[in-house]
Amino acid sequence: MFYREAGQFKTSYQADAAIFPIRQDRVAIAAVLVIAYAVIPLAATPYIFSALLIPCLILALAALGLNILTGYAGQLSLGHAAFMAIGAFASYNFMLRVPGMPILLAFVCGGLCAAGIGILFGLPSLRIRGFYLAVATLAAQFFIVWCLAKVGWFSNYSSSGVITAQAIVILGYTFDTPTAKYLLVLTIVAVMALAAKNMARSNIGRQWMAVRDMDVAAEVIGIRLVYAKLLAFAVSSFYAGVAGALYAYAYLGTVEPEAYNLDLSFRILFMIIIGGVGTVLGSFLGSAFIVLLPIMLNFTMQFMEQTLHLSIPMSAASNLELMVFGGLIIFFLIVEPHGLARLWQIAKEKLRLWPFPH
Amino acid sequence: MSAPKTESVRKIGDTILKLENISLAFGGVKALTDISFDVREHEIRAIIGPNGAGKSSMLNVINGVYHPQQGTITFHGDVRHNMRPHDAASQGIARTFQNIALFKSMSVLDNIMTGRTLKMKANFIEQALWIGRARREEFAQRAKVEQVIDFLEIQHIRKTPVGRLPYGLQKRVELARALAAEPTLLLLDEPMAGMNVEEKQDMCRFILDVNEQYGTTIVLIEHDMGVVMDISDRVVVLDYGKKIGDGTPAEVRGNKAVIDAYLGVAH
Ligand SMILES: Nc1ncnc2c1ncn2[C@@H]1O[C@H](COP(=O)(O)OP(=O)(O)O)[C@@H](O)[C@H]1O
Ligand SMILES: [Mg+2]
Repeated sequence: MFYREAGQFKTSYQADAAIFPIRQDRVAIAAVLVIAYAVIPLAATPYIFSALLIPCLILALAALGLNILTGYAGQLSLGHAAFMAIGAFASYNFMLRVPGMPILLAFVCGGLCAAGIGILFGLPSLRIRGFYLAVATLAAQFFIVWCLAKVGWFSNYSSSGVITAQAIVILGYTFDTPTAKYLLVLTIVAVMALAAKNMARSNIGRQWMAVRDMDVAAEVIGIRLVYAKLLAFAVSSFYAGVAGALYAYAYLGTVEPEAYNLDLSFRILFMIIIGGVGTVLGSFLGSAFIVLLPIMLNFTMQFMEQTLHLSIPMSAASNLELMVFGGLIIFFLIVEPHGLARLWQIAKEKLRLWPFPH
Repeated sequence: MSAPKTESVRKIGDTILKLENISLAFGGVKALTDISFDVREHEIRAIIGPNGAGKSSMLNVINGVYHPQQGTITFHGDVRHNMRPHDAASQGIARTFQNIALFKSMSVLDNIMTGRTLKMKANFIEQALWIGRARREEFAQRAKVEQVIDFLEIQHIRKTPVGRLPYGLQKRVELARALAAEPTLLLLDEPMAGMNVEEKQDMCRFILDVNEQYGTTIVLIEHDMGVVMDISDRVVVLDYGKKIGDGTPAEVRGNKAVIDAYLGVAH
């Protein structure tokens, strides 16, 4: 009854093409921003910032990058963590080797390096697709991480291979508290999510989806497949690169190749599968879900042990997370390929009709 | 589309497309053998022939999906060599497919908007920031698309994902997407196949309207002989990849080889 478009007549194409066409959505977004910027910084503890909110936002950004490539443009990638690694190491080296380098510019340059390498590894997509492309991106994952670990120059010849990220200083202010880091990450992620949403509703977004749905028809209508596909790789890798730099600078505090292994690539892929392929919102839902799941499971187990005095064997406890993950992935792949974002959409459609279902 | 003109702009003009000695083979299969014909400005040119005759292959050759091993294609006076489909699109050729080739998960509106893709000049950064040209173009092109939507009477399904539409409407949306590109040459591959009588009549009317109001040259593949005889100016007849007839509907109908190969069999 309350969530609906009734009475909100769109009198222009401007209004119809607006980023959030329904007023309630605009209100919801405004509310989320107020909570994120005003309420959370006052309410959350340092633990919640460092262990939950910061990784959740950063991984959502990485998932958004993968969603642009896989969800919108239909090109599967299993090597997204490697592009994050490039962003992190490139940012580190720009900070190290360019005197007076502003850190935000270093993040952008890190993203651009990732974009460049992303285009390179996107070249096979012009010839192959599906399974074979996935294997090619898997090769990227192993090759890039191996390269960053083996070539000493990238880590400034540090003996352990693990290097401490430089402090984040912007205009003389040092972002060293969890709250400050959170606000910085939040701002970068919000701006980039907005840009992604804009691309999705513009010509380039339609070109990507057209290539995904039917590439021959896309070319016949005048879309250059080479441009559309490689741009998807570039933009997607740029997002991954910036996310990777933030992962190192705002979350881990170190820059190390091992942090960006295949496991992370898969987690990001699971995020978009669970959250929703081809939606901006889904990237956030998926990330929140996957960051929260282990914590929720832990919490449940503790509850079961302490309150119900059920003893759960350690081996079962550690495997439970994997089992729940596996089950959910299969559930979403089979039952709801469009993920949580689609369930949200369905709920909204129901709400729009409620309480008169017909 | 430009605003519909009140009087017909249809007056058959000079040759705009000329195919000479086209041969196309897939491995050992000869899809087209030594085919020549031409298309004149503003006309409706039908291609008919039994299944597997090479009709779809012919359209694929015209818009660059297939490259013939032999022969020349002259479009607007220029000889083309190994042209890519998107080059054909930028020269004003649009088409529909025998098996609907819409973007299934996108809405009707977005599908038709892709037809305007060549008219949009904003780069992806302007689009990401939603500034300047990107915004202006989006609204200007939307207005053009709405004209096509009105023309084909599909206002009510604007926001529906095309995958959910019945077959007949999907065919119409595919025509809309092609029309949105404001083509000078429109290639239609069996636009009425699988439709009921009413849908066929609608489609016929739309094709004739496009041709009359916008002067669009149309090359049309169609099986329904009644339709072909009614709406086309000239007909090419293919059989086993060879041209066996070419002329006005009346001439083709009287052609002995055509009657033996096709008309006699089909009816
Ligand atoms: N991509 C292709 N690969 C191999 N053979 C093809 C291909 N396209 C068409 N053919 C062959 O070319 C011949 C003509 O096909 P087509 O042009 O689709 O005929 P029509 O549209 O008249 O039914 C058929 O024998 C078909 O098998
Ligand atoms: Mg055919």
